[in-house]
Amino acid sequence: MREALTGTRIRDRRVMAGTKQSELARQIGISASYLNLIEHNRRRIGGKLLLDIASALGVELSALTEGAEAALVATLREAGSDSTMPKSEFDSAEDFAGRFPGWADALALSHRKLVGLEHTVEVLSDRLAHDPQLAASVHEVLSTAASIRSTASILAEDKDLSAEWRDRFHANIDADSRRLADSSKTLVGFLDSETGEAAITGTPQEEVEAFLEAHSHGFEAVEDGTADVIKMIEDAPQITSLAAAHIARGLLERMIDDSARVSLYDLRDEIAKVGIAPPHLAARFGVSVPCILRRLAAVPELGFGLVVADRAGSLLFRKGAEGFVIPRYGSACPLWPLFQAMGQPTQALHQRLHMPGRGEAMFDCFAAAEPIGPIALNIPPLVQSTMLIVPVAAADASTGPAPFGVGPACRICAVADCAGRREPSILSDGF
Amino acid sequence: MSKHVLLVEDEVNIIEAVRFVLSREGWQVDSHSDGATAVETIRTVRPDLVVLDHMLPGKSGLDILTELRADPEFLTLPVLMLTARGQARDREQAEKAGVSRFMTKPFSNTEVVTAVRDMVQLAR
Repeated sequence: MREALTGTRIRDRRVMAGTKQSELARQIGISASYLNLIEHNRRRIGGKLLLDIASALGVELSALTEGAEAALVATLREAGSDSTMPKSEFDSAEDFAGRFPGWADALALSHRKLVGLEHTVEVLSDRLAHDPQLAASVHEVLSTAASIRSTASILAEDKDLSAEWRDRFHANIDADSRRLADSSKTLVGFLDSETGEAAITGTPQEEVEAFLEAHSHGFEAVEDGTADVIKMIEDAPQITSLAAAHIARGLLERMIDDSARVSLYDLRDEIAKVGIAPPHLAARFGVSVPCILRRLAAVPELGFGLVVADRAGSLLFRKGAEGFVIPRYGSACPLWPLFQAMGQPTQALHQRLHMPGRGEAMFDCFAAAEPIGPIALNIPPLVQSTMLIVPVAAADASTGPAPFGVGPACRICAVADCAGRREPSILSDGF
Repeated sequence: MSKHVLLVEDEVNIIEAVRFVLSREGWQVDSHSDGATAVETIRTVRPDLVVLDHMLPGKSGLDILTELRADPEFLTLPVLMLTARGQARDREQAEKAGVSRFMTKPFSNTEVVTAVRDMVQLAR
């Protein structure tokens, strides 16, 4: 295993700790110039010296030796698994990274870029295929263009056109050209908002998602019990429509309620004792499993994702987790435990998932559904299902249950022969 | 006696332009803008050919076509679909539903006139 990146991590940790190079060198009993060579990856390091540095910097040894190198090898293996490389070469990723660090970095960088571009294609394709506003906007532009083309062609080709018809068609072209200018601007603005900083887009749910994303799905005032929901919504530049304000209010009120039942402080404490065990945590705090799933997703440092759906399959809430694709429009994969949980409300499900085409990434998903609103005699309750998405660390991937393959949504899923498929995939069509 | 075309379309200026070019060729052209009542109008008017938009208020052109083809009386009625949705899968869906001819917007007047003429001749 190469040590090239260990030096960089030592330097990063030292700078973070505010320790001078000469000071750290003195503490561990080496010269500052030798430490400088180590930090610039020009000297190999290991054994006691590395232990001394970790101790002096007050960090775990693994913080200096693992991470970047492990991530590099994992990325190389991910790149290898997407090719038809023989197993003997696949197993030599670590050796390759050690012998050719520059090439390894370049290959890993290219692979990460490829994965990023693939994700962008998925998101844009998802939007183009399912966004009703975009479809209506494109239809408006094309229909107006059709009208102008047809009318202009009559004016150009019919030399015997009466003055009355000519005036009429000129007026139509004038009106249509103005309409085309407006609808084109709307369309461009709509597409630009995907890449620009303003994610304020058409649908109320998108406004709410932009609001939540701007706050990284967490609000200090919600956690400390001082939240003023109305003011939070009024002050949010992302929320412009009444419908979005209504949705945001519902979400914030539920967050406040959840926070009052389970504080992040107590939750962190309990996680340290029992780990990520949703039924146990729900029993400990005396709340429903969906409530504890929402609270686990609210712990910022965990990086867990969360999806909430109603019985019609509409995704009411989305918080992504690295590598787990949640479609913005249209229906999600019916194989997700999120939907299985609908059939057994209050029963908690746990399933390890793998999204094909996403390298080796796996996710432990916990799902449970619960009735919403008042219970009335002989009237089936409304049910909402909640799914927590927990990325599985590479080191834990070989232990635990075998992963079950699912996709993001049919249109952007390459899995062939899936019983749940609703429409052909653009990926399998050679897009 | 001139042949009768029913134009099911909700864009007023497209109706006017297409009506003009088809009328100039000797067709009698009527129009209808509401998807929800289009099938009922076709049953009443009994045109020789229908020019059908895909995206209509009330009911899509595809649903109208499907409903028409389910009625044995309209199994062979020529239907020209004009649509802004021109992807391969849209065409495939329309063909499965029984469309006679599929044309994407923006279209040329000549294409429309030629298609209408050919379709009526074939239906004879």
